[in-house]
Amino acid sequence: MNGFDLSAILGRSDYVSMLVHGIEMTFVIYLGSWLLAMTLAILLLALRMSPMRFGEPVVKAYVSYHRNVPTLVQLMLWYFGIFTLLPDGLTSWLAAHNAETIFAVIGLGLCQAAYFSEDLRSGLRSVSPGQMEAAKALGHSYLSAMRYIIMPQGVRNGLPPLINHSVSLFKNSSLAIVIGAPELTHAVKEIENLSFRTFEIYLIGTVLYLVFSLLIMSGGAYLSMRADPMRSARA
Amino acid sequence: MIGDIITIINDYWLLLLIGQYPNGPLGGLANTLILSALSIALAFPVSILFALARLSKWPLLRWPVTVLVYVTRGVPLLMLILWSYFLVPLLTGADVPSFVTMLTTLVIYQGAFLSEVVRAGIVALGEGQMDAARALGHSYLSAMRFIILPQALYNMIPSMISTFVATIKDTTLGYVINVPDLTFAASQVNNQLLTQPFEVFLILAVVYYAICWSLTYLANAVERRISRRRSGPASDPASLSLAQAKIVSEQL
Repeated sequence: MNGFDLSAILGRSDYVSMLVHGIEMTFVIYLGSWLLAMTLAILLLALRMSPMRFGEPVVKAYVSYHRNVPTLVQLMLWYFGIFTLLPDGLTSWLAAHNAETIFAVIGLGLCQAAYFSEDLRSGLRSVSPGQMEAAKALGHSYLSAMRYIIMPQGVRNGLPPLINHSVSLFKNSSLAIVIGAPELTHAVKEIENLSFRTFEIYLIGTVLYLVFSLLIMSGGAYLSMRADPMRSARA
Repeated sequence: MIGDIITIINDYWLLLLIGQYPNGPLGGLANTLILSALSIALAFPVSILFALARLSKWPLLRWPVTVLVYVTRGVPLLMLILWSYFLVPLLTGADVPSFVTMLTTLVIYQGAFLSEVVRAGIVALGEGQMDAARALGHSYLSAMRFIILPQALYNMIPSMISTFVATIKDTTLGYVINVPDLTFAASQVNNQLLTQPFEVFLILAVVYYAICWSLTYLANAVERRISRRRSGPASDPASLSLAQAKIVSEQL
């Protein structure tokens, strides 16, 4: 190892383009799984709150599985296990279309949906039942009370854990390296193998992850501040 | 399929349980549990030191630990593992087994996370406790030792258990540096069989589920017990749910 030299990496256009591609893929995985997780979380919550009798145990089992099995094992089960059970046509289509990335999105998204739905649920539960009764008494229908009275308060209360879990999801996107998705950690490892400048490239990778995590955290803090009713009351 | 699963368990249960021990290093489930228990046992004192440093009035103590906590919160564990894998042998100059590398990483990582829990516990007690202790003639350290920490740590027990669960899940990441744990054993089995990956990884998922579910159940039971004791017999059940301490831990 000869002297600390960031330019040995940042000065080479091939390494820089590998890094940029890694960042792109990390964000594809992050945004894809975030959207999948949020959509599923809302559906799970609706199922849980619906009067259907099988709704609650199904959602509970879903949440319990995804919270108690390590995310890495879930990803492995998807990519090494379920992938091989799919029909041949689908398997070859997936293999031709970045199966690693697709399964990373599916695995991380399904796992995170369990956390998101619990966050939303605890947010909604913190709104007192009197709110719904008062809204009904004022002439709101169930849906309109949900839309204008319950949801705004519930989402606001659930915001801090949602933000924390969004950051975790971003960090967990690095697990996709285990199934071979070409994201940022993968790019870092590859550049390390090519350049032997372990310290420099790890430092670059760490700083990149840190910057994006802090951006997500501060974006979340801004959202929480915006959603704070006391702020508009003070203004 | 169920027949396949039973055959796999029959053939490989010993490998999954203890790895290649006694012919090789201890591995499998035993190693996962030992690694988790050791790292939580070491992370606990580390977290108290970190928390005290973050609450210290000396910037020289406060700043480095604050930076460390933010870095561990903002960087994937996988990246930290890669750092240890590179730095620990470099700094110690010895050929360190991957088990030790993983242990070091987990102690720092969980220490940083637990330190936030400890800090929240101490802050939640309020300043009056410390003021009263000082007024009674305790020094800062003795007030911490006899008055603040016993209360703060008691409230932390459920968080400790859920951190243990998180640690068990975190140990799976040792797979990338070939720590011989349960996940590693399962992938060895998979490599020998080649034809039944779904069954092998399903067994793996079920084993982790059983362990983590039981520990989470335990954490919830302990948490209910603590919040009942804290709120006292006079309080109404409605305030109980509000009094429950929030379990803070990293999910993985």
